Amino acid sequence: MTRFLDPLLSALSSVVAHKLRSSLTVLGIVIGVAAVIALLSIGRGAQNEIISNIQSMGANLVQIMPGSFSGPGGVRGGSSQTLTLEDAEAIAEQVSHVATVAPQIQTAGQVIAGEENTSASIVGTTPGYRTAYNLEVASGAFFSDYDYDRAAKVAVLGASVAEELYGDANPVGETMKLSGTIFRVIGVLEEKGASMMSPDDTIYVPLPAVQQTAAQQRTPQGGHIVSNIGLSVEGEGYAEQVVADVTALLRERHRLLPTAEDDFRILSMEEITAQVSEALGIMTMFLGAIAAISLLVGGIGVMNIMLVSVLERTREIGIRKALGAQERDIWTQFLIEAAMLTFAGGVLGMALGWGIAAGAAYFVPELTPVVAPDIVILAVSVAVGIGLFFGFYPAWQASRLNPIDALRSE
Amino acid sequence: MIRLEDITKTYYMGQRELTVLRNLSFRVQRGEMTAIMGPSGSGKSTILNLLGCLDQPTSGRYYLEGRDVSRLNRRELALIRAEKIGFVFQSFNLLPRMSALDNVKLGLRYAGIHDGGLARDALARVGLADRASHKPTELSGGEQQRVAIARALAKKPPVILADEPTGNLDSHSSEEIMAILTELHREQGNTLVMITHEADMARHCKHIIHLKDGEVVGEEQG
Repeated sequence: MTRFLDPLLSALSSVVAHKLRSSLTVLGIVIGVAAVIALLSIGRGAQNEIISNIQSMGANLVQIMPGSFSGPGGVRGGSSQTLTLEDAEAIAEQVSHVATVAPQIQTAGQVIAGEENTSASIVGTTPGYRTAYNLEVASGAFFSDYDYDRAAKVAVLGASVAEELYGDANPVGETMKLSGTIFRVIGVLEEKGASMMSPDDTIYVPLPAVQQTAAQQRTPQGGHIVSNIGLSVEGEGYAEQVVADVTALLRERHRLLPTAEDDFRILSMEEITAQVSEALGIMTMFLGAIAAISLLVGGIGVMNIMLVSVLERTREIGIRKALGAQERDIWTQFLIEAAMLTFAGGVLGMALGWGIAAGAAYFVPELTPVVAPDIVILAVSVAVGIGLFFGFYPAWQASRLNPIDALRSE
Repeated sequence: MIRLEDITKTYYMGQRELTVLRNLSFRVQRGEMTAIMGPSGSGKSTILNLLGCLDQPTSGRYYLEGRDVSRLNRRELALIRAEKIGFVFQSFNLLPRMSALDNVKLGLRYAGIHDGGLARDALARVGLADRASHKPTELSGGEQQRVAIARALAKKPPVILADEPTGNLDSHSSEEIMAILTELHREQGNTLVMITHEADMARHCKHIIHLKDGEVVGEEQG
C-alpha cells in the first residue's frame, strides 16, 4: 500500500509546494479539456437538434417530386409535371416495404371563414398522408378513407391557419369556403413548429375533392397529374431499396431511355438524416480537433514545468539515489506528479466545460448540449495521457541523472 | 568486509585525462571503524563514491562482503546502496520539504522497509524523538546531522560511509556527532568508513588510511 501511497504523497507535496506554478500549469490543461468538452457537447447537441427537426417531418418519409424536364439539346425546362396519381397507385401495388403512399395536389387558394378572408396553401391528398408526414391531430380527426372515396368536402387545418381564421375558438364543425367551394372543418393539427413547407400553414382536403373543384390537369397519356408523392417506408433500413425500386418503376412508367435522366427527384428522409448527421459530425470533430490543439499546448506546458522541476530537484534526486532509489522509483515519482497535474486539470476542465455547455444551453434555449460520458472520458483520459506523454521525457531524464553530479548540484 | 584491489579511477574530460586514484588497494575488516585521511585533492571523495557504489572504478576490483561489485549495472548498484550502505554527508543532504521523521522513513523505503516504528526508534536513538515532525530548516546543524545519521542507520546497513560528517559543524556539535556515531557503531557493529581531514576526528578510529595524490601513503592500525 505504502509502496504506491508514498510516491503519490511525495508528488502531492511537490505540487502543493509550488502552488502558483502548479495552478498555471493546470490552467493550461483546464482550458484545453474545457474547450474540447464544451465544443463537442454543444456540437453534438446542435446535431441532435437538427436531426430531430428533420425527423419530425417523418423519419421514414420518402418524397418524390417532379424533376426538371430536360429538353432536346440539354435545355432545362422548369419544374415539369411528370408525376401522376397512377404512378402513386403503381408504387403502392408494386413496391415492397412501402407502408403508405400519399400523392398530393398542391394549390394556393382563397379561404373565407366567417369574416376572415385569407389565402392558404391547400393540399389534396390521401388519408395516409397523416402517418407518412408524422402529423398529429389536436382536435377532431383527419379525413378517412370513406371521406376520400366519396370526395367529401371536408378540411383539416394546420395550427396557424386555424388560429388565423378562428382565433382561440374550436373550428371543428365550422364551414369555410375554399376557392369558392364550401368545406366543413373536421380537424385541426397540432403545431409543428418552423420547418420547410410547414404543415401549420396548410389546409388538407381529400384529393378527389380538389380534383372536382379545380380543373384536373392531365398528361398527354391521360394520367392525372399530382404535385408530388410522399410515401412512408415500412420499418428502418429499407429506404435505399425503396428509392431504387421506385426509381426503376417510375423510369419504366415514364418510358425513359436508359440514357435519359430521371424526370423526377426522390428524397429519402433516412438519406437526408444520414447525410446531415455525417456533415454535422465532421464539423463537431473539426471543432473538437481545434480545441484539442489547446490541450496539446497545455501538455507542452506540463512538460516545461516538469523539466524545471527536475532541474530544481537535481540534488533531491541525487539524495534519493544515494539512499538506494532505483531509476524506476525516480521516474514513477515524476510521472505521477505530471499525471496528477493533468488529472486535476482534466477534472476541473470537465467541470468548466460542462459549465460552458450549460451556459450555452441557457442563452440558446433551443440547444440542448449533450455532455456524454464518452466525451468526458475521452477528454480526461486524453489529459492524463498528455501528462504521461509529456512527463515521460523529464521523468526519464531525472531517472538517468548521475548520482554524484546530482549530489554536487546546488 | 571491504577489499579494494588495484583500483584506478580516471576521469576523461574532453581530451584531458585525469587519474584520481592510482593502483589503490586496502582492506577494511568487518565492524571496523576506519578513517581515510588526506589533503584535498587526494582522492578521498572519489574513494567514498566508489565504496558507496555511486561510481565505478576504471580498473581494479572492489569486493563488498566478498562479492565483486565493481562491474555491476545501475540497477544492481542501486540495490546495493539501498540494502548495504548508509551515507552520512558533510552537508547533511536532508530533503527540505520533509519532516525529520519522513526523511528517516525515506532511507527505509528504498530498502523496502515500510515500518514507521523503526524510523521513530532511530530518531530516538540520536536523541531527536521530540523533533520528529520538524522540517530540516527548523533544526540546528548538529540536529540535522543527527537526523541524517538516523536515516543512514535505521535500515541497519552493514556499511556506513561518512563524508566529513562534522565538516559543517562547530566543535561542540562535532564532538556530539562523533560520540553518537561511535556509540551506534559499537551497538550495531557495522563497518564504518569515515573521510576526514581533521586528526581530531580520526583519533576515534582504530584504523587510519592516509591518502595522497590518489595513493595510499600510510596505514595506522591502532
